[in-house]
Amino acid sequence: MEHIRLPKVEGVRLLDRVSPRRSRVGTLYLTATHSIFVENEAGVRSETWVLHSLVSSVERQAATSSGCALLIHCKNFQVLQFILPRERECHDVHLSLQRLSQPESYAELYCFSYKPNVDEEERRQEWDFLELKDDYSRMGLPNALWKLSPANKHYKVSDTYPTDLYVPESATPPVIVGSAKFRSRGRFPTLSYYSKENYAAICRSSQPLSGFSARCLEDEQMLEAILKSNPRSDFMYVVDTRPKLNAIANRAAGKGYENEDNYSNIKFQFIGIENIHVMRNSQQKMLEVCELRSPSMSDFLEGLESSGWLKHIKAVLDAGIFIAKAVAEEGVSVLVHCSDGWDRTAQVCSVASVLLDPYYRTLRGLMVLIERDWISFGHKFSHRCYHLVGDPKEVSPVIDQFLECVWQLMEQFPCAFEFNERFLITIHSHIYSCQYGNFIGNNQRERQELGFSRFLKDVDNILALCYL
Amino acid sequence: MAVHVQNKRKLFLDSYHQTNRAQRSREREAVAFIFSGEGGEVICSRRLDHRTIQIFDRQLMELSEHIKTANVEDAVLRQPLHPAARGTLCVTGHHLLFSDREESSPQHFLLLLRNIDAIEKRMSGSSGTITIKCKDLCVLQLDIPGMEQCLNIARSIETLSCLENVSEMYPFFYRPSDQSLKDQWGLSSTEKHYSQMTDLHDRWRVSSVNRDYSVCPTYPQAVIVPKDINDEMLVKAAKFRHGGRFPVLCYYHRKNGMVIMRSSQPLTGANRKRCREDELLLQAVIDGSDKGYIIDTRSSQQAQQARMTGGGFESKSCYSCWKRLHRQVERGKALQESLIKLVEACGNDSHNMDRWLSKLENSKWLSHVQTALSTAGLLAECVERDGHSVLVHCSEGTDSTLLISTVAQLIMDPCCRTLEGFLALLEREWVQAGHPFQKRCAHSAYSHARLQQESPVFLLLLDCVWQLLHQFPLALGFSEALLLRLATEAYASSYGTFLCNSDKERCVSRVKEKTLCLFQALLRPKERRCYANPLYERTELAIWPSVHPQSLQLWRGYFLRWTQQARHLEEAQEEIRNMVILWEKMALT
Repeated sequence: MEHIRLPKVEGVRLLDRVSPRRSRVGTLYLTATHSIFVENEAGVRSETWVLHSLVSSVERQAATSSGCALLIHCKNFQVLQFILPRERECHDVHLSLQRLSQPESYAELYCFSYKPNVDEEERRQEWDFLELKDDYSRMGLPNALWKLSPANKHYKVSDTYPTDLYVPESATPPVIVGSAKFRSRGRFPTLSYYSKENYAAICRSSQPLSGFSARCLEDEQMLEAILKSNPRSDFMYVVDTRPKLNAIANRAAGKGYENEDNYSNIKFQFIGIENIHVMRNSQQKMLEVCELRSPSMSDFLEGLESSGWLKHIKAVLDAGIFIAKAVAEEGVSVLVHCSDGWDRTAQVCSVASVLLDPYYRTLRGLMVLIERDWISFGHKFSHRCYHLVGDPKEVSPVIDQFLECVWQLMEQFPCAFEFNERFLITIHSHIYSCQYGNFIGNNQRERQELGFSRFLKDVDNILALCYL
Repeated sequence: MAVHVQNKRKLFLDSYHQTNRAQRSREREAVAFIFSGEGGEVICSRRLDHRTIQIFDRQLMELSEHIKTANVEDAVLRQPLHPAARGTLCVTGHHLLFSDREESSPQHFLLLLRNIDAIEKRMSGSSGTITIKCKDLCVLQLDIPGMEQCLNIARSIETLSCLENVSEMYPFFYRPSDQSLKDQWGLSSTEKHYSQMTDLHDRWRVSSVNRDYSVCPTYPQAVIVPKDINDEMLVKAAKFRHGGRFPVLCYYHRKNGMVIMRSSQPLTGANRKRCREDELLLQAVIDGSDKGYIIDTRSSQQAQQARMTGGGFESKSCYSCWKRLHRQVERGKALQESLIKLVEACGNDSHNMDRWLSKLENSKWLSHVQTALSTAGLLAECVERDGHSVLVHCSEGTDSTLLISTVAQLIMDPCCRTLEGFLALLEREWVQAGHPFQKRCAHSAYSHARLQQESPVFLLLLDCVWQLLHQFPLALGFSEALLLRLATEAYASSYGTFLCNSDKERCVSRVKEKTLCLFQALLRPKERRCYANPLYERTELAIWPSVHPQSLQLWRGYFLRWTQQARHLEEAQEEIRNMVILWEKMALT
């Protein structure tokens, strides 16, 4: 509450985005979590709520005779323009909103003050709503070829991985540990999706620390083990989702990619998806084009093209299709990685899962998939979504792109999905809203250290109730 | 003459009998199929009835001189979304027929020759390949053994696909067993339209000044005009308008009594001629209310230039109560070129994302859709929101004028948004109002022929309607399938509806007596099931389309019709339709 310099401003105008001449007059209230605009018009009690954690930027524009304009951009792409009558008020609201929309510690987040009417027991049950073990056993795991490995208990091998990981039956602890030492952030190859029909698996990891010539026997054995756990296939694909140039550049830093000569029976493949910085800029450009006031058809299409956004979406889909085809049509296992294995790798693995398995096209299935490939495998939600004040260079719309890929598939196969577009939009909005605990933090260990997963309400459960 | 014809018939029948029995029975099936089936539906009947044989012969008497090779064995047909098939190819006066060799369930493929826009021949060794590009944007390939056979077939296709003589065209021969020439031709008439709008009877009348098409050759016999204007005045006003298209009423807005009029440009010329009767006619339209709008679908510069060639616009001094607005809506050659570019971009699936978007942009098709929609929106705004009557015209008044007035009526009037209402609207505003279908739809996007008067104005209309359907999925009583069917039929049809360029020409060729009416056919219960929108819910409100570039989309169902993606969407729509029908049944029980 101490950040609210001015709790209430009267005579505020909210401009209509489409036709700015039309506007509504009312009162703007600032609360700890929301800004609320209440229209004055007699008879209508129209309220516009803006959740502070969804605000991505607040801009104060030059004062004019009609007042002082405040432009608010939200992370769910809503844009609001308020005109405040006095400059002083505008200044205060601006500063308050800026502070309120940029929490400095997890404790400030909305999920801690969000207390719906649910008792402790119910809350605990909600958190158990999605149990990843159920998904793995749905895939037929563990079995004679794949086992649950205790190697990462207490996050000893990789602090950004979950504790429960599935590895080939023949992968011994020394092989796992050795392989992890040869991979960025210790993210050794582990299972993401398993096709029980033909034994082909999608595995994921980070890049190998191969530099120009380094080798690691255990890492080579690890890949060998993955290959062997698919008895019907005599080779496997290793997909590097980075553009080749980026991967080569990484070699100079002692990282890089697998050398086909050192690993037996692998086929190595680059699929050029750009890095988080390119994606961030691309989305920014795309949003600018969408916000143009009255663009011509050519302005819009040219702008859309030069933003490159759809090109990047296509690249992610292409990669997903490549992997899904390898698994479904060739019956070949695939190891996917990028640099750290938590952005592009998550996108590509989850797109492939949606393509391969109808389960992930159901309401529950999509939530399980996000839980598995994104939340548990350590996609850095809090960094990427700027939940807390931090490094703006860490922000990137990686999960947005995944949701858009699913949307593109829904456009092409309207009857193949149990959920609708609104479900995707709601998930997107809650990834950023911090209203529920699911997406807070950057990995499982962090969430556990913060003591989250036991007392926060589960977004997915709520969503499931709304959209079934 | 009679002997000559007899010989020809004998020649054909001889060659017909020479083929072996098995094949003949297959051909008979095929022939029966041509005359009894439609579209993709396959009807196999082993016996040909007497009447069918007669029609077949008559058709061939006139056209058989163009057919050197009627049958080809062992041809291979490659069409999108299907595996290649080997079988027998048969050319008749109006069709290309392919029957594959599958003994258990023979598949027939039938193509109206009129649907073929362009062909390309490629010879290699003793066989040849013909690539057939259709006006409905489908691209097929035929592998034909024997160079001579291949050349013969190609030549037949080239000649028979662009017959000039209307009475030789297929609608004059199409006689399906479940439809009869005695059925009513057409859905509405000027008189019927007038009688439905009782509100306007005290100020408007039906004039039959054009009963012999002498006042305006492209108007129907009856038109609706202000009561105060007599027929002599109409004749004089017609002389002052391009092609005699004097201002007539096309829409009456029940909510406020305002009207939409349409015409062609006034012939003011370089020395600013005037016409008292034309001015009085427009004066009578607004009758007492303060002003009306004229929407000229040319830029003001174009309108100025038109004066040099005898055309012009309504000047402020002579038409003081009318306010002129200029909105340039592209038509003619520019539109045709835009379509060609777009289809070229859609046909090439090898390019990447960037090239696709710039090609889409470069074709300008979506810009044309945007201008058309926003101009129609402007027209509807003048009538519905501002409460003024509007006159809309371009130069000839047969293209963009009709486009704009039709879309505006769909925006404002719920009666036009039902399946019947929409077809009646098309009949009034396009067929009867004299859109020159035969000239505009002679060729589509693939033809190498030099462009003459081709222009996809009607296709642009259908695209605009599709955008409305996309933005208001519940507001229209018909489905995308109807728009696709209309887009195909406008270019090549078994029905007479889109033949000729005007009512007069149709009268001369006796189209209404000798062909079947498409609109009637589309309303039969079986067809209606495919073309009704299962989600339709009537709304009395105007449906204002968003014309922001972000809101407009490529009409994938049409432009990407023959791709896997469009197939998925079609299947999904079918599934949704079945689900809705099932729910309705469950709700009833």
